[in-house]
Amino acid sequence: MQTICDGRSGEIQLMQGNQAFARGALEAGLSVVAGYPGTPSSEIVENLAKASTVRDIYVEWSVNEKVAMEVAAAASFAGLRSAAVMKQVGVNVASDFMLHLSESGVRGGMILISCEDPGALSSGNEGESRPFAKMFEVPLLEPCDMQEAKDMTQWAFELSEEIGNLVMIRSVTRLSHASGNVKLGSLPEAAPKARFKHWGTLMDADEGPVTPVPVHYRHTLMQEKLKKAVSRFEESPFNFYEGPENPEVIIVTSSACTLYSREAIRLLDVKDRVGLVKLGTTWPLPPRFMEKYLSKADIIFTVEEVLPFIEDSVKILAADISDRIGIKRFHGRGDGTLPTINELNPDLVAEGLAKILGMEYRPVAPAYAELVDEAVGAASPPRDLAFCAGCPHRASFWSIHNALEMDGREGFVCGDIGCYTLAVLPTGFSTLRTIHAMGSGTGIGSGFGKLGRFGMDQPVLSVCGDSTFFHAVMPALVNAIHNRAEMTLVVLDNSGTAMTGFQPHPGLTADAVGNEAPALDIAGIVRAMGAHVAESDPFQVEETRDKVLELIQKGGVNVLILKQSCALSPEKKGKKLFQVDLDRSVCLGENCGCNNLCTRVFKCPGLQWDAEAKSARIDEVICSGCGVCASICPSGAITKKEVA
Amino acid sequence: MATQALAMDPYNLIITGVGGQGNVLASKLIGNMLVDQGYYITIGETFGASQRGGSVMSHLRVSAESIQGPQIPRGKAHMVVALEPTEALRVLKEYGNPGVKVITNTRPVYSLAVVCGDSPYPAMDVLKGWMDKLTAGAWFIDATDEAMKLGTAILGNVLLVGALSAVGDLPLERDRFQEVMARTMPPAKVEMNIEAFEKGQSMIV
Repeated sequence: MQTICDGRSGEIQLMQGNQAFARGALEAGLSVVAGYPGTPSSEIVENLAKASTVRDIYVEWSVNEKVAMEVAAAASFAGLRSAAVMKQVGVNVASDFMLHLSESGVRGGMILISCEDPGALSSGNEGESRPFAKMFEVPLLEPCDMQEAKDMTQWAFELSEEIGNLVMIRSVTRLSHASGNVKLGSLPEAAPKARFKHWGTLMDADEGPVTPVPVHYRHTLMQEKLKKAVSRFEESPFNFYEGPENPEVIIVTSSACTLYSREAIRLLDVKDRVGLVKLGTTWPLPPRFMEKYLSKADIIFTVEEVLPFIEDSVKILAADISDRIGIKRFHGRGDGTLPTINELNPDLVAEGLAKILGMEYRPVAPAYAELVDEAVGAASPPRDLAFCAGCPHRASFWSIHNALEMDGREGFVCGDIGCYTLAVLPTGFSTLRTIHAMGSGTGIGSGFGKLGRFGMDQPVLSVCGDSTFFHAVMPALVNAIHNRAEMTLVVLDNSGTAMTGFQPHPGLTADAVGNEAPALDIAGIVRAMGAHVAESDPFQVEETRDKVLELIQKGGVNVLILKQSCALSPEKKGKKLFQVDLDRSVCLGENCGCNNLCTRVFKCPGLQWDAEAKSARIDEVICSGCGVCASICPSGAITKKEVA
Repeated sequence: MATQALAMDPYNLIITGVGGQGNVLASKLIGNMLVDQGYYITIGETFGASQRGGSVMSHLRVSAESIQGPQIPRGKAHMVVALEPTEALRVLKEYGNPGVKVITNTRPVYSLAVVCGDSPYPAMDVLKGWMDKLTAGAWFIDATDEAMKLGTAILGNVLLVGALSAVGDLPLERDRFQEVMARTMPPAKVEMNIEAFEKGQSMIV
């Protein structure tokens, strides 16, 4: 098996950003990594898991991000180098521990890699974790390309060890999921030994207990560590200036925005007028370095994603040193030169820069733009997100939706994060009515389930995936049971963390590396908590609908476990349970009273309305053979035959 | 080995399709063939939620000089390779220009709007008509159908890479392809991939 351990020092490889982070950690001598899956972060842990087959490292998918950070911290306390890896929202989950950790400090080098998603390309938000670095007083690094992803990760471990505190690295989708040339370094030979030294006094940072107390002593230390980091930032090769000696405008930027800014300068052909301050270390700002380049021009344009984080720091610094650098004019996210939301791209930066320079940026000739608009309007039908062909969630929401219709009390479903979030759209029959954080559907369901005394008689359901159940649903369910809420939780158990690529979780029999692991039984846990439990195969749509209906009319806290593997799961992919056929002589098409139920309402991509033949048909390539549509066709035109 | 200068630097290639068609693999494959020859490659991917039936796009940028950004600027694509024909058109809206070339699979993947009869799917000659107006050259290839003849629809992506190689803008010779395959694929799968690549090459006339 190819892993990120392949390749000699000096060799140039095409690496994904996340592979480069992982390789950098290995080159730094990483011993332990823990994370929770989340796009765009997951490949870091996955690549390290593969690497663990040939290198002596411990790799874990933890139950959630807070525990991941705690697991990684333990390794650091024992003197090893460790990393916690998560997406932006995961840092919120880990933040309680992170505050305490930055006060207690670390021993072996420890880094947090937060992979964020400006533009929410695969998230329910475009939240940021950079403010946590400021709030918890830890240094923040933001690499700009794949090479820096590797090199800065390696350097982050050294910095962490030198200052004795956590170092945070922030990536974005356009870096984590981009690929590019990376020149490899060498991998260290020996694995270090773990030993937790706890015999010193409370004030002994090297061999005493690891605690945030005494608070004032530790907080002082914490701030001294940060000052030490700043002095390293002043000399860092990851911060530099490129451009003319006397520019009219200085762009201050970091991360992938560095590449957009360079491109914008090229697109407008203004390299003689605009200089670029590229920051790899974005908090705290290195004041001497910044002063040198802020002095060069009166106009400062900060280019970053998403909120004005660096911009605000630059303004504060510029105010502090205004007697030396003069009064500046600032542009960026703050004043609308760049949009206040969404990710950036070279065009947005070019438009912003053109505005500042009083130029016009027109990337496409108007005549061409008009023609292509017409073409897309006429011949490129919209492509909305949908559950895959054969997705068990479609069947589950079909049954939940039908049960709610039969119940007739305007019941609803509260959801959270996973593929099933799509059930807010027609592909899931618009069944989900609230979506928030991991586990929030059940917490909110618990709250709704107490509103009976105020006259609310609507049935309350929540849904969660199997991985989410362990991550954040358990406490919410405990809450609902203990407080006697009226609600039904439906666990959509598709046997993996499907949305992010089938990472294992505590309910499965394998760990991150593929070794056998004890599986925790969701039904058994829920029963022990004291909820009424039922189970069904979501592909049995009538049975499932009847069970949902029974539970929502029963009262108390109920849990229905709908178990069926994801259609894309490695064990299922490409294999059909059933050969599904549609008999055109039986399909009544537009003359059937069903109003095209299979294509218009059920909307599986494998089922298609053939306008010419005025009947439905099945696309062999797309159909995954789940056979569910055979149960929904009222005239029985769809048949399924078990595939041997 | 000295890296050959490119007529267009950076060369901007977009590979587009629908989640699950092998978009990402195709871009990695081309990237690997070019990194081996000393080029700077940047591939920007949009995937994640798009795995669930949405549009997928890879921006592949090739330069003999320096690393590029992961997003191609508007109107700056030199070539669009599409695993799904209406996706080729969608890409032109943002990145097209009168000099762009297009290689597209002819096999439709119907979106929900089409599946349920809300939007008609355009006839292939309508699509060809638009491509004539909007590009400097377009090739329509039955990549999925030919791949199915070779045993599996998923090889459609490799056929298109073969076709791209035959157009000749980028140095993507068959031997390079074979080297990358040998390095990255299980041995049992190498031969069928080479067959698909060669088939794709033969389809550019």
